[in-house]
Amino acid sequence: MTALTLTNVNKSFGDVHVLKDINIEVEDGEFVVFVGPSGCGKSTLLRVIAGLEDATSGEVRIGGDLVNATPPSKRGIAMVFQSYALYPHLNVRKNMSLALKQEKQSKAVIEERVAKASKMLNLEDYLDRYPSELSGGQRQRVAIGRAIVREPKLFLFDEPLSNLDAALRMNTRLEIANLHDALAASMIYVTHDQTEAMTLADKIVVLRDGRVEQIGSPMELYNNPANQFVAGFLGSPAMNFMPAGYVNDGDERTMGVRPEDLRLADDGALSAAVQHVEHLGGDTNVIARVKNTQITARLFGQHAISQGETVTLGFSPERLYYFDTEGARVQ
Amino acid sequence: MNKARKNPFNTLAMHGALILYTLIALFPVFVILINSFKDRKAIFREPLALPDAETFSMIGYQTVMKQGDFFLYFQNSLIVTVASLFFVLLFGAMAAFALAEYRFKGNTLMGLYLALGIMIPIRIGTVAILEMMVASGLVNTLWALILVYTAQGLPLAVFILSEFMRQVSDDLKNAARVDGLSEYAIFFRLVLPLVRPAMATVAVFNMIPIWNDLWFPLILAPAEETKTLTLGSQVFIGQFVTDWNAVLSALSMAILPVLILYVIFSRQLIRGITSGAVK
Ligand SMILES: Nc1ncnc2c1ncn2[C@@H]1O[C@H](COP(=O)(O)OP(=O)(O)OP(=O)(O)O)[C@@H](O)[C@H]1O
Ligand SMILES: [Mg+2]
Repeated sequence: MTALTLTNVNKSFGDVHVLKDINIEVEDGEFVVFVGPSGCGKSTLLRVIAGLEDATSGEVRIGGDLVNATPPSKRGIAMVFQSYALYPHLNVRKNMSLALKQEKQSKAVIEERVAKASKMLNLEDYLDRYPSELSGGQRQRVAIGRAIVREPKLFLFDEPLSNLDAALRMNTRLEIANLHDALAASMIYVTHDQTEAMTLADKIVVLRDGRVEQIGSPMELYNNPANQFVAGFLGSPAMNFMPAGYVNDGDERTMGVRPEDLRLADDGALSAAVQHVEHLGGDTNVIARVKNTQITARLFGQHAISQGETVTLGFSPERLYYFDTEGARVQ
Repeated sequence: MNKARKNPFNTLAMHGALILYTLIALFPVFVILINSFKDRKAIFREPLALPDAETFSMIGYQTVMKQGDFFLYFQNSLIVTVASLFFVLLFGAMAAFALAEYRFKGNTLMGLYLALGIMIPIRIGTVAILEMMVASGLVNTLWALILVYTAQGLPLAVFILSEFMRQVSDDLKNAARVDGLSEYAIFFRLVLPLVRPAMATVAVFNMIPIWNDLWFPLILAPAEETKTLTLGSQVFIGQFVTDWNAVLSALSMAILPVLILYVIFSRQLIRGITSGAVK
């Protein structure tokens, strides 16, 4: 069964057309990540799914039921917000149990579910504290706990990690991945961080300007991007783009090659002036200029390359991507 | 800033300034209080002296108690002030929530219209108000005063509260919607507690003018059983003789309830509780 089906969903705020003909399916138990640059409509799409905004047109189905006219609390979803959105005047226990109380669950059920969720998230010692007495990471876990206790059919996460520092972000990312395995629930996760998208997702939906650019598994998108935008968005460092004319006289197309597919080769096709070198230990990132284009090469291991040098870079031709002037992928 | 705070000279200067200000602000109250306990001659001979065995007198308080039904006036003032504040806060907050929270046609226009009242003094409409009250039979009832003061307080209340409600995080309200709280529950149980400091500010701003007002009680409710404290005290101020003992005693007693109300509201001004909601 499908957990969520969006059919031709559109959303406008007055004259501003924010979401354009969105068609997405989320299977049961799937972890789907919506990714795209800031302002592309990710949060708006999530809010339409949650019922916090009405779709201007199109159908939203959750678990097979049409929910366009169903209020958020009756949709069987739970949402975790970017800003945590904890109730400041309630302690952790009450924050987590409020929704269950609204559903008129019995005391025993409420207690059991709160206990289970707080155990899962290591929040047992904090149940009587108020949000202002918690650290950022703890607040985020309470926000997740508040979603878990409802046992929803579908979890919605709106950039839940963006307020955390790098180390905590990595831990919480793992926790969310574990949570997904433990609960076997369907999850939709919004982020503009491609690393989060690649590491967490069963399926990635790439959005740009309110349109779906491509849907697929992380590796499908990485190996087989449909267009220049997707190719440039996924992968870090990002794919290098340059006129194909650099290696092939008269070619009008744009050529793309990933930094990790470039290698040092005496007979290489590209001669590059090194501008900057990042020694990361395991890898060496070389930022260099080929004619008028800046490119990045990610070389495995340690290399004694210094600024100002000229290096020759090569690649296997089958690792190249070509795009036409519109940005669409061509062979 | 921390350095400046630790410097003993700065601390001294700061406290000195604050104490000086407190003394200046409390001085008139102090003078009223001490003189209310003196006899008439002593008030004029040495206005600043404390009452001693010779000059001590309760004559002012006795006059006030005998003259008219002072406790009734007291009660009327309290009812009018508390009821007006209640309605100002309730309706003001509701209107502010609608303006801040919902997108509808004419939202901005409605906000401007409601704020217009800040610029137009309600007393300009006294004649029309009186005609309206006569027509509806509300003259000489406390309701007349309560309605007028509610109308008078609403514009500023809506203006201030809607500004504060806009600052309550959208995510928080949306989280409550997902959790199944109705719009009323969101208003009463989530937003109102969060804007409590603003509500207290509005209450304090409105309380003093209502309590002290002479204009509307005199025009709309001058009957004996609906007199407010301010109006009731006027009997002691005559064209030729003023019974200063009684006036000062009445004033001393009138200060008390406002003081109590103020203490109640100012405790709400302490924020603290709102931190940690988001981020
Ligand atoms: N209430 C609204 N009224 C008008 N325009 C809006 C409204 N909400 C969002 N928009 C517009 O819709 C677009 C998408 O906004 P949205 O918040 O969905 O972006 P996002 O992809 O979540 O971005 P970010 O990564 O920065 O959170 C933006 O251009 C925004 O200006
Ligand atoms: Mg967003």
